[in-house]
Order: sequence, then C-alpha cells, then structure tokens
Amino acid sequence: MIDIACIIATAAIAIASLLTLYRLARGPDVLDRILALDTLVINTIGLIVVIGLWFRTTMYFETALLFAMVGFVTTVALCKYLLRGNVIE
Amino acid sequence: MIVAEVAISLLILVGAFFLFVGSLGLAKLPDLMRRLHGPTKATTLGIGSMLIASMLYFWAIEESPSIHELLITLFLFLTAPVTAQMIAKAHILRERHARESIPGTGRPVGWATLDAAKADEHSEHTQIPSGP
Amino acid sequence: MARLFPHPILSIVIALVWILLVNDISAGAMALGILLGWAIPKLTSRYWPDRPRIRRPLAVLEYFGIVLKDIAVSNVQVAYLVLFRRGDTLRSHYVTVPLDLTTAEAITALAGTITLTPGTVSADLSADGRSLLVHCLETADPAATVAQIKERYERRLKEIFE
Repeated sequence: MIDIACIIATAAIAIASLLTLYRLARGPDVLDRILALDTLVINTIGLIVVIGLWFRTTMYFETALLFAMVGFVTTVALCKYLLRGNVIE
Repeated sequence: MIVAEVAISLLILVGAFFLFVGSLGLAKLPDLMRRLHGPTKATTLGIGSMLIASMLYFWAIEESPSIHELLITLFLFLTAPVTAQMIAKAHILRERHARESIPGTGRPVGWATLDAAKADEHSEHTQIPSGP
Repeated sequence: MARLFPHPILSIVIALVWILLVNDISAGAMALGILLGWAIPKLTSRYWPDRPRIRRPLAVLEYFGIVLKDIAVSNVQVAYLVLFRRGDTLRSHYVTVPLDLTTAEAITALAGTITLTPGTVSADLSADGRSLLVHCLETADPAATVAQIKERYERRLKEIFE
C-alpha cells in the first residue's frame, strides 16, 4: 500500500514541478522566477523524501537537508542582490 | 501494522496534495504577491506531513526509530517566512505600482525597504565630489 | 554560571540539533552535543551580548500548539482558494498592523507566525520597527484581520517576551 501511495505522490510531485517550470519559463518578472526556483527546490525535497520511503532507506535524508539549506541560501542571496544592486528610480 | 500502513500512505498522499496545490497556486494566480501565498504555506505542510510519514514508517514498521526528519521540518518552518519576506521586499522595491498600492505605516517614518533605498540614493549623491 | 553558559537556551538547542543530526541517542553523541552547546555560544557570545528573555516558558508550548493548529487550518483554506477560485476574484489587500511589541525577537516571531498562518504574508517592517506590512490573500474586512492578528498572536507573544 505504501508503494502505491509513493507512486501516486511521485506523479503528483512531477506534475507540480512541471507547473513551477511553467512559471519559471513564463516569468514575467525575475522575482517570479526566483519564487519558482524556490518552489522547485521544495518539490525536490518532497521527491527525495518519497523516494527514501519507497526504497526503504534513510540514506537520502542528508541529501534532503543539504537541498533545503542550499535552496534557502540561493533564494536569499538572489533577493539580497536585487535589494542592494538596484537603486530606486 | 495495517493501521500504521494506512496512516503512512494517507500522510504521503496529503503531503503530495499540498505540494501540488502550492505549485498550482504559483502557476495559476495572477500577480506576484498572490503567488507568494501558495508556495510559502502549502509546501511547509506538504513537506511536514511527508516527513511525519517517514518518521512513522521507520518507527512503526522498520522498528529503527529515526528522528532527524524533525530537523528538516524545523529548518523549513524557520526559513519559509524569511524567503517570503525577502521576495516581498524586493517586489516592493522594484515595482512602482506595488509601492503606490501599499498603505502608510501609521508612523512618522516610512517602510524600511523604501527608506533604506532612499538613504542609499541620498548618500550616493552626496559622495560625488563637487568641483571647485 | 552566566559566564560559562552565556546563552543557555541556545546551548540546549545546539545540543538537541546535534543529536538530531547524528540521529542517535548515545552517550557519545550527547557528550559531543553538550560540548558543542558549550563551545559555540561561548566563542560567539561577543557578537550578541544581549540575551532574549522568556518570561513564561509554558506559554511557549501553548503558542506552538495554537500556531501548528492554525497552520493546518490555513493550509486547507488556501488550498480551497487556489483550487476553486479564479485568481483575479480574490480580494487581496495590504494591511498595516501597528505593533505593541518592542523586542526584535518578539517581532521576528510574530512576522514568521503571520507568514505561516491563514492567508497572510508579512512583507515589510516600518523603519522604526513599530508597524508591520501584511498582505492578505482573501479578506472581506481588513480591519478584522488586523484585530485577529493582534488578539490571537501578538497578545500571547507579549506575554511570553515582555
């Protein structure tokens, strides 16, 4: 039963990732793209957790944790660049 | 055992549902501030319930308790508001219509993002050396 | 005692995080966790000389319970709005929340709570730190939203921190 739930969850997360990719391609602003990347990272963390459950291993959790940290730092760095690199008109 | 399996499966499905809704909100809603609501909320609960499912699985079925899932949940709950606020601040700074649509502070000073930008601009102008 | 552990709560948190990170409750992991919990606050204490004061530790647990319940409820609400409403019919507003809180820790906790709970995202703080800009996804009555934030979260945080 858990295997079936994992398959359904993987499919749902795959569609969710496609939706974030749509927003990433469509824009219109650079901030929409940053938000799309952030959401994509969170979807990937979900995918890693589901795959860890599916394969019955705890090995992937460090990967998920690293993904969470790198994703957060990336988003904050990009926003900080936009906040500081641009002077108000 | 069956109860645990049903609970784990349900939690996985709930998590996947909320991740899906978060991304759907991102793709569907019309402007950035509305889009911000989908990912910041739906994803925290989505990831949260998946990690609870994982903890329950290794505790009830594999019988080797695993607790470090809590760490990822905790980290995401701490970082989601920071990310959202950084994006909102950058949005307010960059978009003219966003600056015009926000209400006043109710205080003698303005919003921190805009005041800091003004101060920067001012200091840049004053730093330009004037000729004799 | 205060010189040995300049930030006792931080020390406990670091030790707990270390135990979670190695995913093992053994004597060795605990010893290393306690060592890190002692050394890190000690070495970095000159960067943060002040220590946040928590007046009522039990109220923190109550607050966590309320926030977790609200997160679950708000997720269902936002999911409903995203799935069954057209995006441009949502009545989204910015509102200004005047703050009674003064310490940085309390305001940070309030802003984080607002972002994680019903249809609201905290967007900016005024330059003097006395009011908070909040964006609501769907609200018929902005004043009621502000009143709810102040009554439900800010009052409790004020009891905890001030």
